[in-house]
Amino acid sequence: MSTPAIPTNTKWWNGGRSPFNASYGKVMMWYFLMSDAFTFGAFLISYATLRFSLNGWVDANHVFNAFPFFGHQDLPLAFVSLMTFILIASSVTMVLAVHEGHKMNRKGVEKYMILTIIGGLAFLACQAWEWTHLLTGEHFVLNANGAIGALNTTVSHNPWGHFVDHDAVLKAMQLTSPEVLRDMVMEHDHSATLASLEHLSKADLISKIDLNAVHVAHVGPPSFGSYFFGITGFHGFHVFSGVVINGIMLAKTKLGHFDQRGHYEMIEKAGLYWHFVDLVWVFVFLCFYLI
Amino acid sequence: MSAHGTSAEITIPHEHGAGTGRIWKIFWLLSAITVVELIMGFGLAKHWYGDPDNNHTKILVVKGVICVLSLAKAFYIVSVFMHLGDEIRNLIMTIVVPLCLFIWFIAAFLWDGNSWLNLKNTNAGSRPAQTEQHQPAAVEKDKKP
Repeated sequence: MSTPAIPTNTKWWNGGRSPFNASYGKVMMWYFLMSDAFTFGAFLISYATLRFSLNGWVDANHVFNAFPFFGHQDLPLAFVSLMTFILIASSVTMVLAVHEGHKMNRKGVEKYMILTIIGGLAFLACQAWEWTHLLTGEHFVLNANGAIGALNTTVSHNPWGHFVDHDAVLKAMQLTSPEVLRDMVMEHDHSATLASLEHLSKADLISKIDLNAVHVAHVGPPSFGSYFFGITGFHGFHVFSGVVINGIMLAKTKLGHFDQRGHYEMIEKAGLYWHFVDLVWVFVFLCFYLI
Repeated sequence: MSAHGTSAEITIPHEHGAGTGRIWKIFWLLSAITVVELIMGFGLAKHWYGDPDNNHTKILVVKGVICVLSLAKAFYIVSVFMHLGDEIRNLIMTIVVPLCLFIWFIAAFLWDGNSWLNLKNTNAGSRPAQTEQHQPAAVEKDKKP
């Protein structure tokens, strides 16, 4: 698919010119991105292999169902859709910045680079909220000692196993500490307070727990947290470094470096990196949230 | 930096389209594919395709379609946003041909994962001496409700 400007009989491999018809820097950026694709690919394929090897896996729609300011409503895929559209939008503003660069329009490049940086920061903010939500949100699990406890999501443990059936929960509640039972009451009975439950006996507490409203799960596969935080963290680090690179490019544009140089190819190379970050998100989104 | 004019790197400049029409077209296409993916994924969450424990094939087909849609998104991002489609064949091939390793990479490792699952769930591959010691624990783990 060569552009009409290139003569059809050009001998690319005869020396004296780039056989790829691209500058050294651009070709090397492509090779770097290819190697980075293999790094991400290895992570995701390792995750998939482990998931294939287990009989059960975490239900992503159950884990990622929260949205800021919507409390405990069950909204699967909602927040991650927002993150996806933020990244697609910032990809478009990036390609528009490259387009303005081709036209040597400094003001246009500045405008679209600022929008791209804002998009990147918005994505990072979303990821920070999501991680905080997982790391601080505790859910009830059936522990190995037969009692019920509360667990958050970390790289080493998570509460996202299969649900425990009602009979087993009833049995486990007898072994559970009053503190956890109080938390279980307050989970669904929002009128209850710590003070109002303090004097109740264990049997009274158990009678107040509605098992249709409070779910107790088995401890989830530990590898879920390792892979989720590892891979989204590695992607988030790419987004962060992309924002830093774009910030440097914006500063260099404002200082007029590219006008002096006579071309905006650095914007193109930063753009390649930024689009790659979006490309990786397509697959992270696919593997962790969609399927 | 100022050496650009005298640099030995000779490239034939691309003809850049004047408008941004194609960029916006691809933006709407990517958004539309994402919306379709989200609807199909939402169906997985809400069990539209039947009980997940009994409709493995149906759900696998839905997930396969979502994967193909993601590959289409990847193609448009690389081809249009990253302008690889506008480069000459030599550059396209030096990037795309090595990426074909992924075909082997994915097939071999998923096959391996599936093989582990079979070894875990059946007696295949277990040594007689280990069967008695380890089998009960493994079965108990698998029988989680």
